[in-house]
Amino acid sequence: MEIGGIIAYLVSLAIMAGIYAVFALGLNIQWGYTGLFNIGIAGFFCIGAYTSAMVTTPMPTGIYAQYVHQLFGLDFPFVFGLLGAALVCGIVALLIGIPTLRLGEDYLAIATLGIAETFRLIFNNETWLANGPRGLMGLPQPLHNLVQPQNYNYIYLIIVLLIVVIIYLLIERAIRSPWGRVLRAIREDEVSASMSGKDIFNFKMQSLIFGAMVMGIGGALYAHYTKAISPSVFTPLYGTFIIWVMLMAGGSGNNKGAILGAYVIWGIWIGTTFLTDFLPYTLKARAPYIRFLIIGVLLEFILLYRPQGLLGEEKKVSKLIE
Amino acid sequence: MIELTVYGIVFGSIISLGAIGLTLVFGIIRFANFAHGDLMSSGAYVALFMVTSALAWIGIPDTNFGMLSFGWRMLIAFPVAMFAVAAIAIALDRILYRKLRAKKSHAVIMAMSSLGAAFILRMLILIFWGADSLFYRPGMLRPAIEFPLNIKIRPDQILILIVVFSLVVLLHLYLQKTKMGKAMRATADNMELALVSGIDTERVIMMTWGLGGGLAAAGGILYGIDVQLHPYMGWNFLIPLFAATILGTVGNIYGALVGGLVIGIAQQVSTAFLMPTYKPAVAFILMILILLFRPKGIFGGKE
Repeated sequence: MEIGGIIAYLVSLAIMAGIYAVFALGLNIQWGYTGLFNIGIAGFFCIGAYTSAMVTTPMPTGIYAQYVHQLFGLDFPFVFGLLGAALVCGIVALLIGIPTLRLGEDYLAIATLGIAETFRLIFNNETWLANGPRGLMGLPQPLHNLVQPQNYNYIYLIIVLLIVVIIYLLIERAIRSPWGRVLRAIREDEVSASMSGKDIFNFKMQSLIFGAMVMGIGGALYAHYTKAISPSVFTPLYGTFIIWVMLMAGGSGNNKGAILGAYVIWGIWIGTTFLTDFLPYTLKARAPYIRFLIIGVLLEFILLYRPQGLLGEEKKVSKLIE
Repeated sequence: MIELTVYGIVFGSIISLGAIGLTLVFGIIRFANFAHGDLMSSGAYVALFMVTSALAWIGIPDTNFGMLSFGWRMLIAFPVAMFAVAAIAIALDRILYRKLRAKKSHAVIMAMSSLGAAFILRMLILIFWGADSLFYRPGMLRPAIEFPLNIKIRPDQILILIVVFSLVVLLHLYLQKTKMGKAMRATADNMELALVSGIDTERVIMMTWGLGGGLAAAGGILYGIDVQLHPYMGWNFLIPLFAATILGTVGNIYGALVGGLVIGIAQQVSTAFLMPTYKPAVAFILMILILLFRPKGIFGGKE
């Protein structure tokens, strides 16, 4: 491969890892700082992607209207797609939070798992909603007319990294505020936080919604990167499990860790493709399963031997404490 | 409609086998075991290996019992797979959960570890058997017997009900009559109290995994006989299993039995109005309703 090809490959790798970093940051709010066990990230991924797709594309007309069905098509700019995705994901998080946040952590996990599977089923079966299993195609890309199409990824990389930085700063700011300290108090000891007069349910709900909105933005970024989405993308493996491994590997409770974990695990994930090239021909078709097996084993190792991840949590978040 | 209800009872009894194991683990070891569905698939695939490879190699004949779709091979494979999955469940506990317990890890970390184990088991199944649907007996016609009220039931399904019923009765006797069974119930009730009364809780935990794994394997195989084998079958069972467990109150095995039947019937009857692919969603909606209105389940009393 010539040098230009390698750079283009690295850029696409950095874009995907950056999008996963957004998810890992969202999960870090929920799990890392509040202890909320969300294993339905794929659900928010899916809703974010579809919302942004429908906000930014026009309603199909003419001959296309016969082949492409979607609930609405607003033809708004990219930024509105991101905001719409965040808004809808926030509402969904609110609806999941109501029955589950007063109960034990496991219940939230089971409910989020259920919502992710249910949304995938709905998008698969209801053709009128977003074109069923064929999905939506031809999603617009922001600023695409600035450069030649083959160089567009550089622009998208800058957009993704910019959004990662904005979300990072936003979470850092929030977590260093009194609000963030309450979240960590709830994570450490719910009873004593409650005795200090904090409304546990409300704080948990805010954290769940905040994290879900960030995940929605991640979903939107993914949709406009690939330009085509279908329900088969948002599986528990690519949509939930790998993001958990990223956060646990980088260090939950640490935003830098979340971003680092996303890049490290995505690098390992892509790196294993070269490994499976050495497999005998008969096993080639099953290479993805072998790669996921490696990721699964990696998670178990992290949980057993390095639960704090690569960076570990920053214990002190205030500049005023020495 | 009556026919759908009957199918629902068959499907529900399979859910019950999984849910009983899940509720035992939930009640005694106190975490949500997300690998339970994949233990069911493991059982189904171990039996597949026995029926199509191991027992064929030994030379066990491949004939059927009367109107049933299987014969001696499955009769041998069934208990072997139950023991094998019990061993897998115990091994997972030894390799993962016991170490996490020793480190005093939070229950959520154990649940996450079980999620990882679920993916590992499923990937192993996918690596060895591929992603296609498989059958214990491919291409066999499975005629149904016609009962009054126009209900058609396959002989296999009647046998499934008999097997589930016998397993539940055996489990009931085990928990009520044996010393180990009593120790398990005591541990589920109060782990600390059980520990100070001299109960070896690590042995109880091992036994719990053994029972849970064995029952899960039985459920998986029966589903494989009734419908088909698929690497994702266990994952699709997960939501119904949790719905049944929560409906029947966590830790209550009779509750899990009832919960499984209710969820199974609801899922099957829903196919009269909804696309069959929505079956997992039906279990999910029921679970959310239970969480909203009776989070402790039908046997849990008021909050």
